Amino acid sequence: MLTLAHFLTLGAILFSLSVAGIFINRKNVIILLMCIELMLLAVNMNFVAFSRFLGNLDGQLFVFFILTVAAAEAAIGLAILVVLFRNRQTINIAELDDLKG
Amino acid sequence: MNGAQMLLAAPEFWVLAMACVIMLVDLFLSEERRGIIHMLAMLTLVFAGIITLRGDYLTAGVHSVTAFNGGFIRDSMGDVLKVFSFITLGLIYTYAKFYLRNFNMFRADFYTLSLFTLLGVMLLISANSLIMIYLGLELISLSVYALVAFNRESSRGPEAAMKYFVLGSMASGMLLYGMSMIYGATGSLGLVDIAAAIGVLGEHDILLIFGLVFVVVGIAFKFGVVPFHMWIPDVYEGAPVAVTLLISSLPKLAAFAMAFRFLQSGLGDLHMHWQGMLQVMALLSIIVGNLAAIMQTNIKRMLAYSTISHMGFVLLGLLPGTAFGFGASMYYVIVYALMSTAAFGMVIMLSARGIEAEQLEDFKGLNQRNPFYAAIMAIVMFSMAGVPPMVGFFAKWMVIKAAMDAGLLWLAITAVIFAVMGAFYYLRVIKYMYFDEPENEAAIVAPVDFGAALTLNGIMIIGLGIFSGSLIAICINSFATL
Repeated sequence: MLTLAHFLTLGAILFSLSVAGIFINRKNVIILLMCIELMLLAVNMNFVAFSRFLGNLDGQLFVFFILTVAAAEAAIGLAILVVLFRNRQTINIAELDDLKG
Repeated sequence: MNGAQMLLAAPEFWVLAMACVIMLVDLFLSEERRGIIHMLAMLTLVFAGIITLRGDYLTAGVHSVTAFNGGFIRDSMGDVLKVFSFITLGLIYTYAKFYLRNFNMFRADFYTLSLFTLLGVMLLISANSLIMIYLGLELISLSVYALVAFNRESSRGPEAAMKYFVLGSMASGMLLYGMSMIYGATGSLGLVDIAAAIGVLGEHDILLIFGLVFVVVGIAFKFGVVPFHMWIPDVYEGAPVAVTLLISSLPKLAAFAMAFRFLQSGLGDLHMHWQGMLQVMALLSIIVGNLAAIMQTNIKRMLAYSTISHMGFVLLGLLPGTAFGFGASMYYVIVYALMSTAAFGMVIMLSARGIEAEQLEDFKGLNQRNPFYAAIMAIVMFSMAGVPPMVGFFAKWMVIKAAMDAGLLWLAITAVIFAVMGAFYYLRVIKYMYFDEPENEAAIVAPVDFGAALTLNGIMIIGLGIFSGSLIAICINSFATL
């Protein structure tokens, strides 16, 4: 029998994976974008699980908004990536060091 | 949904409609007639201000009205913040027009995207449920990511945009994760219902506190306080100055509103938990911001670190959770928005010839090149350093008093010490302007509207300082129901 705790654990694992991916990955900006998507999906998992177990539809409603915004976010992220690639001919994170950060 | 409820959101609808209209009108305009876009944008702001100020929804004894099933709230705090966002954006447009023309970037995209940013700011200010907070926040973030990469030929702009995008999306993700936990604990998305549910659950519910930590991280990132400040110097430096101008002012007003609505209206019962976290972040921001700013030679980076320390001061006011404290923070954030537009306006003025005047040395001998603008810059710098009678002094005084009200004497003393240390780098700019020989003798030319806006901005900084009482009273009265 699957309980709420199972779903929350899965959400937490996905979330940690995505955060780890953002920090560990030093090669490719596209992988960063994938990690960001994964992070939002982990949150969606939480919302749907809570919504189901609380018997309250608000959480599932929020998920639709998150999905929509995630699509817009991916579009903007890829657009910035294209501009970046045209300027630098690379999407290697290690080479994005013009600003001291 | 009835018409009266729709009317409450009339300013938002107006800005949305005009952002779309401007986008379309631009298609039919030739290069030379693009000034019309600027006029339309200014007109949008003026009417938005008028619509907002016609706030006849408030009758005796009613402090706030909600619409859209409680997702949207109109109250006097929101109205004041919105009106100041319009004023700030009006100044930004006037400065930005000069810059965009000089750098061949005068396109309608800037106006459309910044109006969408404004819409996001307005929605976030009026947000009363988790969905609205998230949508407002993302509308601001997405427009600003695109604006940072606005100069496609520059190599630094897109790099800054990419860094901002990755860190910003991660912060949104954290905020959402926290929201999901809060939803799980309370079973609702509206801030009022959440507050009611927390009253039943008590303040030691582990799920709630777990969610709160993530929410505070998200809010701290939007403010840009230490340890979530890494993006600020890079983004400020990499973005075109016209965009830096926008990032440094409007989103801060919204961040304050978000912090108040979320932490006080929603999670007010968890005050003792978030107070501790904000305390640490305020302290670190004031220390790191002021120390790092001393070492900068680039004025955009210097102002970036100065932003970090200013945001630390804004957090000080949130600590006691009283009407006075929130009023002090709100006053600080409004004042900060005005000061930072003036400071970046000066940077724009110096970069007249297609080269950004980014270095502190560019201010050398400004007094000999143009004594009037040098005086305005001196006023801005004195105000940021907190010298009376400029407005920055009263703002600092109020938030420090708020910190003392919260019983945090040590924090107040540290803040004062570091504010004095921070005066060093503001006064260095004044030293460059008045006591050094100019490296570049060229006279400074700026259009009439630019000069007028900068003068008005300078007058506001002195005027709001000398007559600070009324704005302070308005800010504190906005929280009268606490």
